[in-house]
Amino acid sequence: MSSVARQPVAEGFDVERLRGDFPLLTRRVHDHPLVYLDNAATTQKPETVLRTLDDYYRNTNSNVHRGVHYLSELASAAYEQAREQLCALVNAASEREILFLRGTTEAINLVAGSYGGACLRPGDEVLITEMEHHANIVPWQLLRDRCGIRLRWVPINEHGDLIWEEYERFLEGPVRLVALTHLSNSLGTINPLRRVIQTAHAHGAVVLVDGAQAVPHLPVDVRALDCDFYAFSGHKMFGPTGIGVLYGRESLLEKMPPWQGGGDMIKAVSMEQTTFNDLPAKFEAGTPHIAGAIGLGRSAEFLAGLDRAAVLLHEQQLLESALAACKEIPGLRVIGEPHARGGLFSFVLEGVHAHDLGTFLDHRGIAVRTGHHCCMPVMRHFKIPATTRVSFALYNTLEEVQILARALLEAQRFFH
Amino acid sequence: MDLESLYQEVVIDHNRHPRNFGRLEPADRSAEGHNPLCGDDLLLTLRLERERISEMRFEGQGCAISTASASLMSEAVQGLELRAACTLLERFLKRVTDPAAEASPELGKLEALAGVRKFPGRVKCATLCWHTLKAALNGGERNVSTE
Ligand SMILES: Cc1ncc(COP(=O)(O)O)c(C=O)c1O
Repeated sequence: MSSVARQPVAEGFDVERLRGDFPLLTRRVHDHPLVYLDNAATTQKPETVLRTLDDYYRNTNSNVHRGVHYLSELASAAYEQAREQLCALVNAASEREILFLRGTTEAINLVAGSYGGACLRPGDEVLITEMEHHANIVPWQLLRDRCGIRLRWVPINEHGDLIWEEYERFLEGPVRLVALTHLSNSLGTINPLRRVIQTAHAHGAVVLVDGAQAVPHLPVDVRALDCDFYAFSGHKMFGPTGIGVLYGRESLLEKMPPWQGGGDMIKAVSMEQTTFNDLPAKFEAGTPHIAGAIGLGRSAEFLAGLDRAAVLLHEQQLLESALAACKEIPGLRVIGEPHARGGLFSFVLEGVHAHDLGTFLDHRGIAVRTGHHCCMPVMRHFKIPATTRVSFALYNTLEEVQILARALLEAQRFFH
Repeated sequence: MDLESLYQEVVIDHNRHPRNFGRLEPADRSAEGHNPLCGDDLLLTLRLERERISEMRFEGQGCAISTASASLMSEAVQGLELRAACTLLERFLKRVTDPAAEASPELGKLEALAGVRKFPGRVKCATLCWHTLKAALNGGERNVSTE
């Protein structure tokens, strides 16, 4: 990754113009211009998404798939168009493979509950990794306690990469499902997904990818990856909160039982039994987050309209420049040094606890995340109680990196 | 809401040079405190002499606020009768959590921590050691968590 960052930014990538699309970025915090470096927690929203949400509630608001009246038809069409936009974004084979859910967490819970409950037997093994977010740990622990599957962890090395030999060794067991993150939210590690998936398939295991951190940064092609499930959240990709997507391979979704029951997921209900609806409605019980889905469709379109290679280059430049600046700060230790890293990193600063640093930076207008980042196993691995995390998005600038670097030095003086 | 109101000189000083850091062995009372969100861990050990806290030590890791709070607390409660320690404890907790609570001279140096009231995300850092002290004095539940 490091070699690409030295190349000049591609023609046509104008970060200042892009920033102009994000109204929140102009606000001040504690009397300083906002420097928003907490994008792995959630991203800011472009004007086009904000306007879409507003316009939906002002002009189209109605329930979907339920009425024959004009507004309901408009809303249903917009909702299904959003599904097409998401389908295109990740290159799924069909809209039937795109389920609108609350987010990554709900998507993983759906797979654990529905696929796990129906297709896994006591003694079957589920493989996760030491770098997972709690959202990709706890649902499997719950499944283990309910169904008697065995949960195993692929360890990471001191760079923050998966230990490949261990992965292959684990696959010799009765592994039926592998669940892992595309891009780690605490270390920044980008996992070698294609190889992971190929190897899992060769051993007869299906693969769920937690794509929460990847979608806003990397072009994702679920068919090229050949993954079985891919989960992501709207709010981390410049879309609304409360909406996200589970991509699922159609043949698997077909054989999975519904996860929640209610309206919209049925064809017919009698007092004795229910005939379930077809995909994707089978997995979308109840009135969905219609506005959210439509807003998310718009953020997918926003992403698709960008030169993704240029965005990636820009984010890699931010990362390189931040890591270089960090090297100049005595007592600063970046956690992990993965083979390939997305635009985020965690660090500890000698003599300044992460929490104090977070408060200090906040008073310079700089938003970062401090704590365990919902990755307590990672923290345990590196034997640190808490870190500070800097995570970039396409609208961050090299100037912001410099502001951060200066503030880190000031913080060191302040607490010493 | 400036940074200096949170990190007063006294706080910075007690963070840099924590007083009564360590562990009493044997101890008459002890309790552990955890703040899983920040990864803070704290162990309090106490010796009692005729209804009085004769000695207190703390160890563990935490941010400047939680370290300074434990350090200042150890200075404040050593030598106090148990009843007086409980009164101080309640007064301190009220001061840092209740917006209507006013400064009181009885808090002494502990008043330096009152700034956390304006930082909702940081109140738990200041109160962890006090809740842990409560647990130690009650002798009942010995493991305190902020979550
Ligand atoms: C890697 C990863 N997985 C899962 C999640 C959970 O996403 P959400 O809270 O949107 O469901 C997050 C974000 O917090 C994440 O970073």
